[in-house]
Amino acid sequence: MRKVFVDVVVKFTKDGQKIPLTVIWEDGKRFQIDKVTDVRRAASLKVGGQGMRYRCRINGKETFLWLEDDRWFVEAK
Amino acid sequence: MDRVILHSDLNSFYASVECLYNPDIRDKPVAVCGSQSTRHGIVLARNLIAKKFGVKTGDTVREAIDKCPCLVVVPPDYERYLRFSVLARDVYKRYTDLVEMFGIDECWLDVTESTRLFGSGEKIAHEIRNTIKEELGITVSVGVSFNKIFAKLGSDIKKPDAVTVIDRENYKNKVWKLPVQDLLYVGKSTCRKLYNIGIYTIGDLACAPVKLLSRHLGKWGETLWLFANGYDETPVQKTDNQPIIKSIGNSFTTPRDLQNNEDVKILLFVLSDSVAERLRRHNLRGRTVQISIRDSELMTIERQAPMENYTYTSLEIARKAYEIFLKSWDWHKNIRLLGVRVTDLITADTGIQLSLIDENRRVKRELLEKSIDSIRARFGHYSVQRALLLLDNRLNANPAEDHVIHPVCYFR
Repeated sequence: MRKVFVDVVVKFTKDGQKIPLTVIWEDGKRFQIDKVTDVRRAASLKVGGQGMRYRCRINGKETFLWLEDDRWFVEAK
Repeated sequence: MDRVILHSDLNSFYASVECLYNPDIRDKPVAVCGSQSTRHGIVLARNLIAKKFGVKTGDTVREAIDKCPCLVVVPPDYERYLRFSVLARDVYKRYTDLVEMFGIDECWLDVTESTRLFGSGEKIAHEIRNTIKEELGITVSVGVSFNKIFAKLGSDIKKPDAVTVIDRENYKNKVWKLPVQDLLYVGKSTCRKLYNIGIYTIGDLACAPVKLLSRHLGKWGETLWLFANGYDETPVQKTDNQPIIKSIGNSFTTPRDLQNNEDVKILLFVLSDSVAERLRRHNLRGRTVQISIRDSELMTIERQAPMENYTYTSLEIARKAYEIFLKSWDWHKNIRLLGVRVTDLITADTGIQLSLIDENRRVKRELLEKSIDSIRARFGHYSVQRALLLLDNRLNANPAEDHVIHPVCYFR
C-alpha cells in the first residue's frame, strides 16, 4: 500500500466544517463523494500518517480520506 | 478519599512517531539520533527492536551501530513530535482539566473528580490507551495510583501499550521490590550514597529511619522517604500548553571541544544572548545565574551565583556566567557542552532597586538589547552579531529558536 496525496474539492461551511466533495486522482480522474458517513481523528498504520479521517462513500464503496495538516491523502493499492 | 492520579508515558515517543510515518522501517531496529556532523550524535529514542539489541537512549551513534549493525538511524523532526504531544494532551483533556506536562512525552492527570463521570481510574486509563492508539497511531503506558510518584513508577512497570494499577493493597509488592534508582530524583550520586548505607530497593528506602537518611542526604533524605512510602501529596498542576516558568536556560553541545577561556567566553555570550532574549519575550527578569559544564568524558557539573539585581540583559548575565566559570573550572579536561540558566524570576514590570551610580548605563543597555530584538525580528537572528563571535563562527548558534524542548522540574 502507498500513501497518495490527492487534490480535493472541499466545501467550507459557514459553521466551520470542511466537507470533501470530489477527489481528483493522480491521473486527473474525478471521483464524486456521495456521502461522508463519519469524521474522526485517526492514524493510518497501513501507509503511515495521522489526521482527520473522513469515511466517504464513492460509487457505493466505502473509502477513507485523510486530512493531514493541510493535505489530503488516501491509502492506495 | 484517595486521589486518583494517572501518569501517561508515550512509549519510545520519537521512534514511534517515525515508525508510524515510515511503515517500511517498522519491523527494523530504529533509533532517532541527533546529527553526527555537529556532534549531537546521540540516540534520542529507539524502538523496542533496537532495545533488544541493547541500544540505549544516550548512546553515541557509533556505539549504537556497534551494538546493532542493521540499525536504521533517522534524524529527529521536533515539530512533528510537538504536534503529537499536543494531540495526546487533547485526549487527556477529555477526562480532566488537571493535566501536568513532564517533558514532551509524559503527563500526569488528576482524574479524582472525573471517576464519577467516566468510571474508575483503571477504566479511564484503558480508554486513553485505546484512544491514543486509534487516533495517534502510537502507544502509551499508563500508571494509575494515589500519588504522582507511584503513578509514574506504574507507567514504567509494564510497557508498551499497557496499564498498571498501584493501590494501597499492592504497592508494597509492586513498588518496594524495584531498585531504588527507579525512583524519581534518585540519580547516580544519590544512588551511590544510598548503596553505601545498604539501601538497594525502594522498600529498603521506605523502611529506613528518616534520621539516617537525613544525615546522609540532607533534606532530600526525607523527601525521598516520603516518595518511597507513598506519602507524596504534590498536586497535579494545571499547566496547559504554557508551563509556569521557573527558569529560562539554554545549553549547547559544541561542534568542537572548547579548549580555553576565550572559547568559553564566546559560547557564554551566545547562550546568554538567547536566554536574555527569551526573558524579555516572556517579560521576566531573573537574578540567579546557573551554568552547567559537561567535559569531554560527559561528566557534568552545575554552579550558580546571584547577580546584584534582577535583569534581562545578556551582558550582565554573560559577565556573571563567565565569572562563575572562571571560579569553577581548572581545565583538567576540555569542554563539550555549556549551559546558562537564569532563575529566581520576577515579572519585568516589578519595581527593582535602582542604583545611584549605574542607573543610566543600565537603562541604556536595556534599550540597546531591546533594539537588537526588534532588528532580529525583522531581519533574522544573524543580522546583528557580537564582534566576539567573529573569533570562531562555528560556536555561533541561535538556541532561542533552534531548541524548542526544554527540560522541566518536578518541584514547581
